[in-house]
Amino acid sequence: MTTTRKPVSERSAAFEYLTTKKDELVGWARKFSLFPYPFVTACCGMEFMSVSSTPYDTDRFGAALPRFTPRQSDLLMVVGTISHKQAPVLKRVYEQMCEPKWVMAFGVCATSGGFYQNYAALPGIDKIIPVDIYIPGCPPRPEMVIDGIMRLQERIAGQRHPIINQDF
Amino acid sequence: MSAAVFARIHQALAVAAGEPVIAHGILVLQIEPAALASTVRALKEQFGFDMFLDVTAVDWPDRIPRFDVVHHFYSTTAHVRVRLKTRVGIDDPVVDSLVPLYGAARYMERECHEMYGIVFRGNPDLRPLLLYEGFVGHPLRKDYPKQREQPLVPYRDPPQ
Amino acid sequence: MSGPLRELPNPIRPAFTESSVPDSVIVSIGPSHPATHGTIQIIAELSGERVLRTDVHCGYLHRGFEKECEAHTWHTLIPYTDRLNYCSGLINNFAYCEAVEKLMEIQITPRCKYLRTLLTEYSRIADHLTCIAAGLMELGAMTPFLYLMTLRDYIYEHLAALTGARLTYSYGRVGGLACDLPAGWLTRLEEILVQMDTFVDRVHGLLDRNRIFIDRMRDIGVLSTADAINWGFTGPILRSTGAPRDLRKDTPYLAYAELDFEVPVGIKGDNYDRYYVRMRELDESRHMIRQLVEMLEPGPINVDDRRCTLPPKNLVYTEIESLINHFKLIMDGPQVPPGEVYSAQEGPNGELGFYLVSVGGGVPWKVHVRAPSFVHMGGVHLMLDGYQLADVVPTFGSVNMIGGECDR
Repeated sequence: MTTTRKPVSERSAAFEYLTTKKDELVGWARKFSLFPYPFVTACCGMEFMSVSSTPYDTDRFGAALPRFTPRQSDLLMVVGTISHKQAPVLKRVYEQMCEPKWVMAFGVCATSGGFYQNYAALPGIDKIIPVDIYIPGCPPRPEMVIDGIMRLQERIAGQRHPIINQDF
Repeated sequence: MSAAVFARIHQALAVAAGEPVIAHGILVLQIEPAALASTVRALKEQFGFDMFLDVTAVDWPDRIPRFDVVHHFYSTTAHVRVRLKTRVGIDDPVVDSLVPLYGAARYMERECHEMYGIVFRGNPDLRPLLLYEGFVGHPLRKDYPKQREQPLVPYRDPPQ
Repeated sequence: MSGPLRELPNPIRPAFTESSVPDSVIVSIGPSHPATHGTIQIIAELSGERVLRTDVHCGYLHRGFEKECEAHTWHTLIPYTDRLNYCSGLINNFAYCEAVEKLMEIQITPRCKYLRTLLTEYSRIADHLTCIAAGLMELGAMTPFLYLMTLRDYIYEHLAALTGARLTYSYGRVGGLACDLPAGWLTRLEEILVQMDTFVDRVHGLLDRNRIFIDRMRDIGVLSTADAINWGFTGPILRSTGAPRDLRKDTPYLAYAELDFEVPVGIKGDNYDRYYVRMRELDESRHMIRQLVEMLEPGPINVDDRRCTLPPKNLVYTEIESLINHFKLIMDGPQVPPGEVYSAQEGPNGELGFYLVSVGGGVPWKVHVRAPSFVHMGGVHLMLDGYQLADVVPTFGSVNMIGGECDR
């Protein structure tokens, strides 16, 4: 059973102001402490290694410490081509992550299958899991990855963060 | 020097092999499937082709027999390569496995089997290797359409 | 999003599911695991910490390279070859182009030959840096990882100045290269090689006689020469067992016959030897690049053959023959005479072979890659069985399995 939010007419302005400020605070905290799970498969993995190291450094954005277990991470970075054989593994890893979680499709193979339009490659991971940010490129330059992380951070800052129940 | 090696090989295997061809520096022997195991054993033990490089197949859908099974070998002492070709048809695509002679044959024969459907008699393990359980068909055959997908995880509704 | 955890299909069938000895555990390492590079699953039976037997599953990155190639022209499939061994994309390009050039019986120009050799060694450096750095990071040595990644980044930016891309270059063409060196490229090359001296020396200083490193790598993952040859190992793994087999010396191609270099070999075939062979190969590659820079002479980089080389743009816009030639080459692809060829080069992992079958025309009938990483996966159990669970990580790292090449 899921509770729904109170209709607009029943919400008080003071409470909404409090909720907005809470969302800003929690959003700020969450966006600058992303724990990525680098689901690395292919060539984009090389650019992931480059973007984690000097001079591009994701540590400046708080997104440096990878957690190689889905239980401890909140950002699933799908880096590289996902084949049909790998798809159940990806789905299992996604389902093992706790809320709040975000998914980044790193590279065109994760976004749409890239130029592998055949029996083997999954044509985009959004066929099996919801995606929050798509980073095109084959492989994307590290600056593009950082741009993607920053856009994701803007998105996280602007979204609702219910921490107690649906209303707050 | 490689020409001398090739001449010796062909002389020894003249009965089993057809006309030798030297294609871009490699001796190509066309042999019957029944002679494959003995020819490879001779190559390994008499002529020192100690490294098994590769096995693959070529699909000629308009020809009978349909498949060419192609093996490549390398001699680490003489630094020459040899290609063996055998023809098998679609109704009996069976060749002998080289697993008793070379350990490297295990995985390569598995891949050739799942991609083309060639059965390697004597290979104890012909499970899918690059493909997955439940994949129907042999994708590298010419009659398998490139874009026919067999997803393991059903697709969700498209993102809004 | 909420709901019961649905059963997901298992894409593989393990070779064993029952314990062979009492009190042993069967675990699955991977496929989504940093040590197995995200695409290999090792089903291991463990007795305590000892690995009794393993079943290695690859194929999680199978992308249908061969089937894709049959739907593209000889030129438009070059980007697919980049993504085979993506750590050294140029070597795949050149190995493939050389195979097509053999089929078409084309001789590349001298400048192209020396440039291809130089870039092959440069790519080999990038690949060995990646392998060593990643392997060391998995052991916990973060500092050498960062040093070598910085160096590798200089190489990527430098190659981006030449080819336009950092990682997947698509720079080789049948009969030549995409474009010539820009101004100042060779100066920057020398600067990078000097920096490489500094960084690689630091890594040597940190690790070569480091007690912890030696304890973790010496006598782990031992492979004998006879086993290596029987199971198809080539490249640094074979050389680490003591066999001085290198296609650049045994069957010279490109400009290797004219270069002065040694083939480093190991003693025992363990992880330490594989690390050290790769480090020594970095030195040899650097030496070769410096020789090649001296040997480069000005000249054309593309062979003057209208069957494969695009005509100069000013002629395409003014002459009808060049226009038609350009159009046909782009739309139909270079017309390769019927035949088949197997051409192999020494990649950073070993013998990288291309088996091409042509029926005439611009589209290949078959493009098969003899991928060294794939063959090594067939034999890696020899190096894993009998050692500890924690040894799986450095052993696997020293084998340098590249998913794009293994699974194609």
